[in-house]
Amino acid sequence: MGELKLMKGNEALAEAAIRYGCDAYFGYPITPQSEVIEYLSEQNPYERTGMVVLQAESELAAINMVYAAGASGKRVMTSSSSPGICLKQEGLAYIAGAEVPCVYADVVRGGPGLGTIQPSQADYFQACKGGGNGDYHNIVLAPASVQEMADFVALGFDMAFKYRIAVCILSDGAIGQMMEKVVLPEQKARMTEEEIKAKYPWALSGRKRGTQHRVITSLDLDSAKMEEHNRHLQRKYDEITKNEIRWEEIETKDAEYVFVAYGSSARIAQKAVQLGRAEGLKVGLLRPITLWPYPTKAIDALIDKGVKGFLSVELSCGQMIEDVRLACNGRAKAEHFGRVGGIIHTPEEVLAAMKKQIIGE
Amino acid sequence: MNINDIVKPENLVYQKSKLLTSKPFHYCPGCGHGTVHRIIAEVLEELGIDERTIGVSPVGCAVMAYDYFDVDFAEAAHGRAPACATGIKRVWPDKIVFTYQGDGDLAAIGTCETIHTCNRGENLTMIFVNNGIYGMTGGQMAPTTLIGMKTATTPYGRKPQWEDGTPNNGFPLQITNIISTLPGTRYVTRQAVNTPARVRNAKKAIKKAFENQMNNKNGVNFVEIVSNCNSNWKMSAVDANKWLDENMLPVYPLGDIKDNFELIKK
Repeated sequence: MGELKLMKGNEALAEAAIRYGCDAYFGYPITPQSEVIEYLSEQNPYERTGMVVLQAESELAAINMVYAAGASGKRVMTSSSSPGICLKQEGLAYIAGAEVPCVYADVVRGGPGLGTIQPSQADYFQACKGGGNGDYHNIVLAPASVQEMADFVALGFDMAFKYRIAVCILSDGAIGQMMEKVVLPEQKARMTEEEIKAKYPWALSGRKRGTQHRVITSLDLDSAKMEEHNRHLQRKYDEITKNEIRWEEIETKDAEYVFVAYGSSARIAQKAVQLGRAEGLKVGLLRPITLWPYPTKAIDALIDKGVKGFLSVELSCGQMIEDVRLACNGRAKAEHFGRVGGIIHTPEEVLAAMKKQIIGE
Repeated sequence: MNINDIVKPENLVYQKSKLLTSKPFHYCPGCGHGTVHRIIAEVLEELGIDERTIGVSPVGCAVMAYDYFDVDFAEAAHGRAPACATGIKRVWPDKIVFTYQGDGDLAAIGTCETIHTCNRGENLTMIFVNNGIYGMTGGQMAPTTLIGMKTATTPYGRKPQWEDGTPNNGFPLQITNIISTLPGTRYVTRQAVNTPARVRNAKKAIKKAFENQMNNKNGVNFVEIVSNCNSNWKMSAVDANKWLDENMLPVYPLGDIKDNFELIKK
């Protein structure tokens, strides 16, 4: 077993990156995730493991550093919060098009615009439905604890390199800022140049004379080739959808009504399940862990088992509810409940919403 | 006599660099990009660093530079080549990394990345081709467009201010002079490729810009090439090279601006 520590979510993410053998972090300060780069700078991983930590001049620069360093076959990550992630969308679209592996964390705050520095889940659409230009997806992981902030670094990098894709750790101000105990993984070694060259033949590392030079680009002006490239990306997304959907179910065995919630909302909904059960209500929780690909099949299976209605609980005006309704496809009732602007719902009001909107008095 | 009687190693005085691919350039005939590509390829070949060189191409006319150089390449988003090069060099400090950018890319949309990459003193070689116009998009105003110069977006000539003093198109940006004042730049020079003598000088400068990177741990090595755009200047190649002499060089004078971190006093 690894080392047990009391840490903030943002710090756990940073420490997990060092321990995974991450090669570089390129970031830019923004509340509520500045602890990531502060912790990394304080830990001085350049001395510990040789990991590069660079405070870039902007989120734009940071994501483009990630793009090219990731194109070099290195394990590279960045993090930011909502307005900063907007700036990173340019780079993320290039990363998707050029199939560069990387991990980025979005510690979401309220919007639109500068919004608020308080927690929010109003960037679900941005994370799961594109954000940048073109037909693409990033894998989106939603941690609901400080432990998962740490664990999803390794999971994220493994998936990023397996599929040559960006993996988003979609957190929020609450998960990023709160302190919990966390079991940290053992320190792994960074990959050597020889290992990278052997494992990732596509990686920019200097071409051997007599071999084809490598190009990492998202551009092709030949329409037929670009269509085929898009088809290839879609096949990859299908493969990911087949293999990588993750979710957790709580008290769903006999449930008639189910909360669907991720991240900090899932923590609150879990408490609402306890309160509801104490009142004799057959309520449960479905917690998507991957937001893209979405656990549509889990909702489908719950309807097959007799669930009559779902309440999508989000710190937004209703974003994930669209995926819940698509999954229900008219077979079960699905409604949304959420507080916004940095206000976090209480378990009591979440349960009350379930009674009012789904169960009916 | 057939061609093989003439083409013998002992008769060969010049040949295409081995580091240029056989893909035909898409550049307009008469454009300076082809010459700049050639001398970069020759320098990489002469220095024997092709197995550890990684280039970064821009958005603009040189976006597909990666098709022409037989070395590993990343294609950057518009203006972000210095950030991309920083990313590569930081994770591969032993590789030789260079950017290739035009004026819109380096001095308009990418000004922030240009200045901060130079200010951090990244150990890079940056090639900046300045022809005072946006070529790829069809001849719009660039930050380096000369006052009075007609482009698709300054059809009556670049006018920094209206007659009543209201700001209009602004002034030609002396980006190379700006970055030369930053402590992170090691070598800053302005060259041209519109005469054979200048091609030789430009090649020497580019070679030095790569050698510096090979021999040091920090410091940007920045080579501006004042070039032409005969298509969008709407001139013949010969006239464009003459126009460059008469109009570009008074604003962008040739020569070394900074060497070994010291500004050169003139």
